Amino acid sequence: MIGANRYIGSPVERIEDLRFLRGRGEFVGDLQREGMLHAAILRSPVAHGRIRGLDATAARAMAGVHAVITAAEIGAVPTIPLRLLPLPGSERFLQPVIAAERVRYVGEPIAVVLADSAALAEDGVGAIALDIEELPPVADRHVSGKHDILLFEETGTNLAMKFTATLGDADAAFRDAPYVRRESFQVQRHTALPMEPRGVLAEWDAAQGRMTVLGAAKVPFFNRDTLAAMLGLGPAEVDLIENDVGGGFGARGEFYPEDFLIPFAARHAGRPVRWIEDRREHLTAMNHARQADCEVEIACRRDGTILGLRGEVFVDLGAYVRTNGLIQPRTLAQFFSGPYRVPNIRITSTALLTNKTPSGTYRAPGRYEASFFCERLVELAAGDLGIDSAEMRRRNLIGAAEMPYKLARLEPGGPAVDTECDSGDYGETLERCLAEFGWAEKRELQGRLIEGRYHGIAVACFIEGSGAGPKETARLELEPDGTVAVYVGSAAVGQGLETVIAQIAADTLGMPLDQMRVLHGSTPYLQEGYGAFASRSTVLGGSAVFEGARALLEKIRAAAAARLGGSADEIELVDGRARTSDGSSVSFAELAADSLRVDAAFANNNKLTYSYGSAAAHVAVDPGTGRVELLDFLVVEDVGRIVNPLTLHGQAIGGIVQGLGGAFMENLVYDANGQLLAGNLADYLIPTAADFPTIRAIALENHPSPSNPLGVKGAGEGAIIPVGGLMANAVANALTSFGAMPNQLPLSPARVWQMASIEKSVGVP
Amino acid sequence: MKPAPFDYQAPATLREATLLLAADPEATVIAGGQSLMPLLAFRLAAPSLLVDLRRVSGLGTIAIGDSGVRLGARVRWRDIEDDRRLVTAHPLLREAIGHVAHYQIRNRGTVGGSLAHADPAAELPGIAVTCDAEISLAGAAGTRTIPAGEFFTGPLSTLRRPDEIITELHLPPWSRDRRWAFREFAQRQGDFALAGIVLFYDEDQDGRARNAHVGVIGACNRPHRLIEVETLLNGHQVDDGLIRQAAATAAQAVDPPEDLHAGAAYRRGLVATLVERGLRAAAQKRGR
Amino acid sequence: MRVNFQLNGDSVEVDVEPRMHLADCLRDVLRQTGTHLGCEHGVCGACTVIVDGDAVRACLMLAVQAEGSTVVTVEGLSTEAALTPLQTAFRKHHALQCGFCTPGMLTTAHALLTEEPDADADRIRSVLSGNLCRCTGYIGIVEAVLEARAAYRKAAPGAGKP
Repeated sequence: MIGANRYIGSPVERIEDLRFLRGRGEFVGDLQREGMLHAAILRSPVAHGRIRGLDATAARAMAGVHAVITAAEIGAVPTIPLRLLPLPGSERFLQPVIAAERVRYVGEPIAVVLADSAALAEDGVGAIALDIEELPPVADRHVSGKHDILLFEETGTNLAMKFTATLGDADAAFRDAPYVRRESFQVQRHTALPMEPRGVLAEWDAAQGRMTVLGAAKVPFFNRDTLAAMLGLGPAEVDLIENDVGGGFGARGEFYPEDFLIPFAARHAGRPVRWIEDRREHLTAMNHARQADCEVEIACRRDGTILGLRGEVFVDLGAYVRTNGLIQPRTLAQFFSGPYRVPNIRITSTALLTNKTPSGTYRAPGRYEASFFCERLVELAAGDLGIDSAEMRRRNLIGAAEMPYKLARLEPGGPAVDTECDSGDYGETLERCLAEFGWAEKRELQGRLIEGRYHGIAVACFIEGSGAGPKETARLELEPDGTVAVYVGSAAVGQGLETVIAQIAADTLGMPLDQMRVLHGSTPYLQEGYGAFASRSTVLGGSAVFEGARALLEKIRAAAAARLGGSADEIELVDGRARTSDGSSVSFAELAADSLRVDAAFANNNKLTYSYGSAAAHVAVDPGTGRVELLDFLVVEDVGRIVNPLTLHGQAIGGIVQGLGGAFMENLVYDANGQLLAGNLADYLIPTAADFPTIRAIALENHPSPSNPLGVKGAGEGAIIPVGGLMANAVANALTSFGAMPNQLPLSPARVWQMASIEKSVGVP
Repeated sequence: MKPAPFDYQAPATLREATLLLAADPEATVIAGGQSLMPLLAFRLAAPSLLVDLRRVSGLGTIAIGDSGVRLGARVRWRDIEDDRRLVTAHPLLREAIGHVAHYQIRNRGTVGGSLAHADPAAELPGIAVTCDAEISLAGAAGTRTIPAGEFFTGPLSTLRRPDEIITELHLPPWSRDRRWAFREFAQRQGDFALAGIVLFYDEDQDGRARNAHVGVIGACNRPHRLIEVETLLNGHQVDDGLIRQAAATAAQAVDPPEDLHAGAAYRRGLVATLVERGLRAAAQKRGR
Repeated sequence: MRVNFQLNGDSVEVDVEPRMHLADCLRDVLRQTGTHLGCEHGVCGACTVIVDGDAVRACLMLAVQAEGSTVVTVEGLSTEAALTPLQTAFRKHHALQCGFCTPGMLTTAHALLTEEPDADADRIRSVLSGNLCRCTGYIGIVEAVLEARAAYRKAAPGAGKP
């Protein structure tokens, strides 16, 4: 089906590197426009309040300040719609693009100041007098669940949505089970934290009635449509341009208030406007993620066979339901059982509103949390039943013969009420992982004190449902210079999209890689596009390009045959020419005059395709300080088909390190007044080069995806999934002599120290 | 995060610098800027004028002699790292400075800046206090010298008057046979210490400790010596039992702050661990 | 205020507010946008440039403090012709994904290897601990810097300033 496979499967060095290494990337903050104004945003200093008054007189009078925009200037303030899972009821909790009367989280936008420089705009923000009547904050999900203080009085509730995942008969299973264990767990609020903060540069062409917005990412087409509607324009009058993007991880690229406010400001002022988020505002403005707690129980037979999972999960959603805010609670419930055969399930997942920054998706949303909860339970059960950790997984992994295997049904589920693991051999990655890790030898170290530190090992397994639909689009055009322009609706967020797409196109066409020119993301390129999320770009974007390249190949061959005579299947493409078997040829330049182009799309009926794997870790815990050193970490993942092993490996390592940050150090701590305490990078800690030097990742392609022509499965999110549970179990095993129960993330030194203290102390944060 | 506006001067002499400060109470000194610039970025400070010491000569020397080690206020962490004489002249200083921040910051951060900023978790103030150093300042009215033990009054707070500029840190001479240790604990390399211990002691002919100096950073509001621990050590052999006692005493002697990273109980636990490990290491290592 | 300094081998003169930091001056006034801003409070290292031979955080330095200095940015570490050995090693080891932290990684690594061409993995990790990356997980970056050492050993048998 594919051509020579010169590139697919090869560690091709990335095309995009050439500009990044030279410092010639073009991120939105690098762009300037003639007459450009700079925007700064006044954000709510309180978590919950009523705006009684706002006096911008002093700000407006400052030299260099051109305008101050509030809800009053906007008039009818639009709310931000849901991009995913617009379930009935959720429309009650959408965020207005600017606060008019009520503020619901620290950081909520209240006004936009336009000035000649970013510094002057910030001066202007400081000069605005704000009168806010503080209301008691809903500081956490427990307060929220009492529904005494309401974020949206007219709704009578703080409950944004409740999901239930069901399979079999959980109550019956638990009633009859010989072994049941019930525990509570917590995952902390943390966030994607891409290194590039957000930015928007908007230009309004009054003569043409066109709005151009630069700095788009992730889902430019949806955002284009949303913005157009908000501005009262047609989609064809709005362009969203994707420049270089400094990381997304699910958080960047969703539609945020600024994605309306800045274009509005540009139209209002009649001048281009640029806003670049600073890191302090980023921490309160960009989607938070992951905060969830649960009380759950596992039921087993004495031999460790899992009979059921039952329990309640609560998600601290923040102040509004964001564009994809319901994905995390939903996915947490449906994927709770992970790769394990669990015939009876009832998990509820309740998303509650609080006066905090709203949350959204972050790399493997809901799955990281679910894996932590489930793997802890499974490990505790293994310990109680006297079964080795690896054996416990082995006994319960879904088998290859059971594919496709249906997971719990989720209600309300939107387009994916049901989902099934489609293909693969989960046991295979487990065995490979254990062997490479040296499980049998390292088991001897379990719980031992060696040179002042306690050693622990653990293993975990995961699935990743990737390739979210509905489809992706592409267009390929043969250019006169012999290159092929490959347009794809996928978005680049740093994952190497340009190179991977070029590889697929080049191999399919049987042409050299450097003849491919990949253009992505920006709305002028295609009629429609769907973007980069849920690890879909290679699966859907790649498949669309594959289909398009095949179709273009046919067209080139047919055009060449028409000119040269002979049959199309004998035409070969070599060195920029189309050649028949008898040696006569015609150049691409000549063929291109025939307008050889193809529009293609690939749709998957919203059917996910599942990559999967296992990971193992070895830690050493210092009881005197609570420091956990990661001595070895290995993940083995089957991704169906490897297009670029270099970039794939990068995704695994990068995901693992993010997962380790979540496991040990990242924490968006709020105080009882709804103030974010971790408001800068000295307090919100992410891993550095010195923290986790020993990480290994092995990728397999033994079980291609059955649902796309390339056989690929998404590989961006798998490796992060098991990290939380794995670290907690490794620490638990290291500190087994203390009866340690690491049931809360992050495993900060303070928390670990407390677990390893003979005298239990109180007051550990 | 752009600073609020300010004026800027880079005077050629120390005298001019002090006069500028004296003339404007809202003026602030800048040297390396590694502590000040973030404050300006967050608008936690909004001075009217920055007085830059970059052109002032004579503040950048490390002088080592019979009176000890004198660090000019503009001496950078980098300079301390690069000065091999300190390996023997003051190994404790050298060890502690190895923990300060990161590579890029070490190329600009200065002795004077760290002392003036007075972060309770900073290494140099801890060294200064524990080693009985003296801090010299120059102001409009003249110069004065303050013992480090009195200089730091609280978090980010010192006895320096607004018109004064720190000129020098003077550490007393270091004994070659001294036993010493520096131990700190931070979540990541280069982060501010959640707790840190600076210690040294000398020994008499019978191997008993004397002249013990034990100081704490991070688990306190300002760096200070742990007199109870020093009293415990002085006059005794520093054996296993005494080390454990010292650790427990140290934990009780500190009054740690609580923040989002650590509570008081944990910081006390860290102090105990660090004192224990520091004393064990000191018992094994003499001099270098 | 007027400020004069050397930038990547050329003399430049700018007129800026005292409060403008060096990074903004390089990016917005001199239009050398390779130096990036990831935090503006001296933690992330994306803004690292080389001033008078030392790697420094350009967001923690005022533009006016660059008076009379020699400044080298990531753009100054490149040639039009081919990738430098350090850049080649980064590409080979997939030491970048989104590219945002990369300029700071390159300037820091260049400064380090120029002075310490024998730096070992621990030293490299320690020095780079002041440069945050969210994409790569750092393994590829450290491998790239280790490989690039060979070129710096050949270039400067003794330690020197970049």
